[in-house]
Amino acid sequence: MTRLAVVAILSLCLAAVAGWVLSSPTKIDKETAAEMAIPGEPVAGRILFFAGGCDSCHMSQGQSDPLKLGGGLALKTPFGTFYPPNISPDASDGIGRWTAVAFADALLKGVSPDGAHYYPAFPYASYRLMKPKDLRDLFAFLETLPPVAGRAPTTTLAFPFDIRRGVGLWKLWYLRGGELPAETDRGPSWMLGRYLVEGPGHCGECHSPRDLFGGVIASKRLSGAPILDGKGKAPDITTHGLKDWSKADIIEALSSGFTPNGDTLGGAMAAVVRNTAELPKSYRQAIAEYLKDDSN
Amino acid sequence: MKRFVAIGLLLTLGWGAAMADGDPIKDRRDLMKANGEATKSMVGMLKGAPFDLDVVKAALKNYANAAAKAPALFPDDSKTGDTNALPAIWDNKADFTARFAKFADDVTAASTAITDQASFQATMPGVLKNCGGCHETYRAKKT
Repeated sequence: MTRLAVVAILSLCLAAVAGWVLSSPTKIDKETAAEMAIPGEPVAGRILFFAGGCDSCHMSQGQSDPLKLGGGLALKTPFGTFYPPNISPDASDGIGRWTAVAFADALLKGVSPDGAHYYPAFPYASYRLMKPKDLRDLFAFLETLPPVAGRAPTTTLAFPFDIRRGVGLWKLWYLRGGELPAETDRGPSWMLGRYLVEGPGHCGECHSPRDLFGGVIASKRLSGAPILDGKGKAPDITTHGLKDWSKADIIEALSSGFTPNGDTLGGAMAAVVRNTAELPKSYRQAIAEYLKDDSN
Repeated sequence: MKRFVAIGLLLTLGWGAAMADGDPIKDRRDLMKANGEATKSMVGMLKGAPFDLDVVKAALKNYANAAAKAPALFPDDSKTGDTNALPAIWDNKADFTARFAKFADDVTAASTAITDQASFQATMPGVLKNCGGCHETYRAKKT
């Protein structure tokens, strides 16, 4: 009996240690850090900004300038309310003191400068596919924006989601498998479209259904999902879901917001369209090409 | 023959009763649907389909009708049912109504401003911006 108790206690300890080690935040590797040390190009970064739609969550509330990134939107989810932080270059309230490496840690690994996990409401599950060059260009662009003082409210979640360390285990499970498959027989436009949709554009974060733990159900990617705040639905944007849409329809919707039946894209997608409208036309074409593809 | 007339009469009466009863959700959906149809051809022309001033005038008439009627079709007892309208409408009724007034003003201005293809290309996008402005805040599609 005592032996059994000892074994049980030892096992628990072992599990706790294993859990602690497994859930520890990891930062980017040396090669990526070296890439991030190269100065970024803000003009190229501007395109990434609109491809990623940073403003949709991070722009200052109660005003309409997408380049004022004081944060503070209340992102209501079944896990609690998240408040995307200030990512303006303000030195005390924003990311003004960040290095490009810290920026890459955040977007690729979901880890903050002080080594804590970010909640996956910040969509690094998609951003982790971004290329280092794009990250440093984006960071360089963000640095050119006006600093905004003030912080967003602190995100407080209910137990057990308030234990940030738990996010480490979430990452182990949901972020397994790294880069997108090579697909060498694809043309450059399709490749760009896939990169934009799956990476910076993070379309799947709203358009994919999630399981009980908030992880995207991989087999149902992009097939539509209820919007987390309970208002309506993000529609199916797989090739099947878009069967009544032509590529030209998709390009039009991402430029003007108009759908093939004369309706407009509304809700959170209205802000997305304001961003995609800023992209080069070839980018919207690439997105259409990727989405209208029978093989995905 | 008599029977057909009787059925026809009954249907008409039924329809009349439904109108009198008032089904604001159905009515506003019909208005929006008509707007969508009109907008389809407007977007088509903006993208390069042949310009037709009569079609544009008809669309503007349609918009004017919708802008005039819509505000009254969102009474307090029409929040739920077969509708994509968000509660935000009733929380911000003044803004909601003001947006339709602005839409109506833009349509009136466009009706005089649009005389040819060039003025259409310059004016219509501004009119159509009103659609998305409301749909962003006040509607959430369920499908």
